[in-house]
Amino acid sequence: MKLTDDEKAMLDGKEGPARQRAMDLLVRYGEALGAERFIDTDNVCVAIGASGPFIRDLADKTGSFDAVFSEFALDSSDVVQIPEVKACTYHLIQGLDPDHWEIEGVDRSVYELHMKSIAFAKRIGVQLMNTCTPYLVGNVPVRGEHCAWMESSAVIYANSVLGARMNCEGRESGAAASLTGKIPYWGYHLDQNRLGTHLVEVEYDVESIMDWNLLGYYVGEMVQERVPVLHGIRRTPTLSRLKHCGAAAASSGGVEMYHIVGITPEARSLDEAFGGKKPQATLKFGKKERQMAYENLNSSARERAVDFVMLGCPHYSIEQVWDVCKMLKGRRVNSNTSLWIFTPRALKEIADQNGYTEIITNAGGILMTDTCPVLAHVMPKGTRVAATDSGKQAHYMPSILGLQTWFGTTQNCIEAAVSGQWKGELK
Amino acid sequence: MKKIILHGRKVVGGCVEGEALVTKQTITGWGGINPMEGVIIERRHELRGQSFKGKVLVFPGAKGASGWSTRFHVARLAGAAPKALIFNEMTTKVALGAVVMHVPAITDFDQDPLAVITTGDWVKVDADNGIVEITRKE
Repeated sequence: MKLTDDEKAMLDGKEGPARQRAMDLLVRYGEALGAERFIDTDNVCVAIGASGPFIRDLADKTGSFDAVFSEFALDSSDVVQIPEVKACTYHLIQGLDPDHWEIEGVDRSVYELHMKSIAFAKRIGVQLMNTCTPYLVGNVPVRGEHCAWMESSAVIYANSVLGARMNCEGRESGAAASLTGKIPYWGYHLDQNRLGTHLVEVEYDVESIMDWNLLGYYVGEMVQERVPVLHGIRRTPTLSRLKHCGAAAASSGGVEMYHIVGITPEARSLDEAFGGKKPQATLKFGKKERQMAYENLNSSARERAVDFVMLGCPHYSIEQVWDVCKMLKGRRVNSNTSLWIFTPRALKEIADQNGYTEIITNAGGILMTDTCPVLAHVMPKGTRVAATDSGKQAHYMPSILGLQTWFGTTQNCIEAAVSGQWKGELK
Repeated sequence: MKKIILHGRKVVGGCVEGEALVTKQTITGWGGINPMEGVIIERRHELRGQSFKGKVLVFPGAKGASGWSTRFHVARLAGAAPKALIFNEMTTKVALGAVVMHVPAITDFDQDPLAVITTGDWVKVDADNGIVEITRKE
């Protein structure tokens, strides 16, 4: 790779051992990609906590987050002291909600370790937003802004809907970018790679959040890591709908960028979306494809008695919290079922103020922040059957948590929470 | 025994040999593998329940969440990583995963490795020179 003087200086260790290792990792990574150079970034989203059991053990054994960061962020088995980050860096989702860790079934020792990890992140200057949806709480990159983000659902949103430029980074590359302000200039940072590859003729009138989940889930599975162009969308979807669509497409496949003709910023026309080129393939999303995606998402579920209703993957917007409150008001969650709703900490503040938290609490549900069941392996004790309105969560719950998982509308989920029974069906 | 040679581009250097495990389906890291055992756990995956530990993993590429590299990073530390990677589609997930796994990896082949290599074949991966040598299983 071609390095600038400041990159060479970091690689030579002139800015200390941590930045030296960060630069070394980035060079190995850039060469693996086949990148020719780096691009500067001042917008990084990463997770550097100790949420997984293996990483937790390392933190426990060494008693040091410098050690965790050295190994899992810098790929360095010797422990170096981690300095303050160089690029503005935001923390993604964490391993628990510090206000609800006991009900989440987390051990005290894990909670204590988590608080140490928070202290470490603070020390090195990481913004503790603790959400998979940084764009809901103030990190809204400008069109063309070069970023280094983890979290596939956030990457696809920022690339596609906001026109920011990034690839789906991992923990190591994201953390190295935070220390150096550099990321390989490759993939979706470059104009030509942002063009559409597959045309999707959307024949079904996609409206609800469920439909946007199904569209994303179907298209992701079909195009894998390519760039689909959705054509035929007649009404402009809300942020929440696109949040779910992208998250689903990045789960069934590896989609990091898509276009919606006439709606997203780099697709004012079909021609612009494809850069004047012909699509590699054309597919359609009609009634049959919608049905197929629905059946795939529900293929793990058999028993209708629901133990756990999970809402907020990706973290709920305030609009979604409000919608749920309207459905829940004056009702009561079944005594055999738990209702957990996840939103960013900053939005919880608004939910508290607007009385939404009270409505949810009075109904017997819990509004949680900072974490997510599949990431942190947290769920109500004894859960076997879950229900969710998220294609992404429904995709991962069976494999990660071993749960039978129902997928449907938000209303289906609330009815399941109240009655304890899944009655959802595709209409 | 007839040997088949493929030429590609080095992703991560090194030279090893081992038994091939081939899939035509992309692989999910986070939520798709158990890194402690080195086993595929993704539902509806053709390799579900199979172990890639110590194998030469031949696959189209990576998909899913950004925790791909971390899962395979943990697999290396747990001694459950594949021995080498042979794949077609370059993405940041698989590039970073290969880097932190510290195993030889090659991509951009002159022939599709998924069409040439079969599970059980003996494969020598010389990533420094971008050469894969395949010996058919008996």
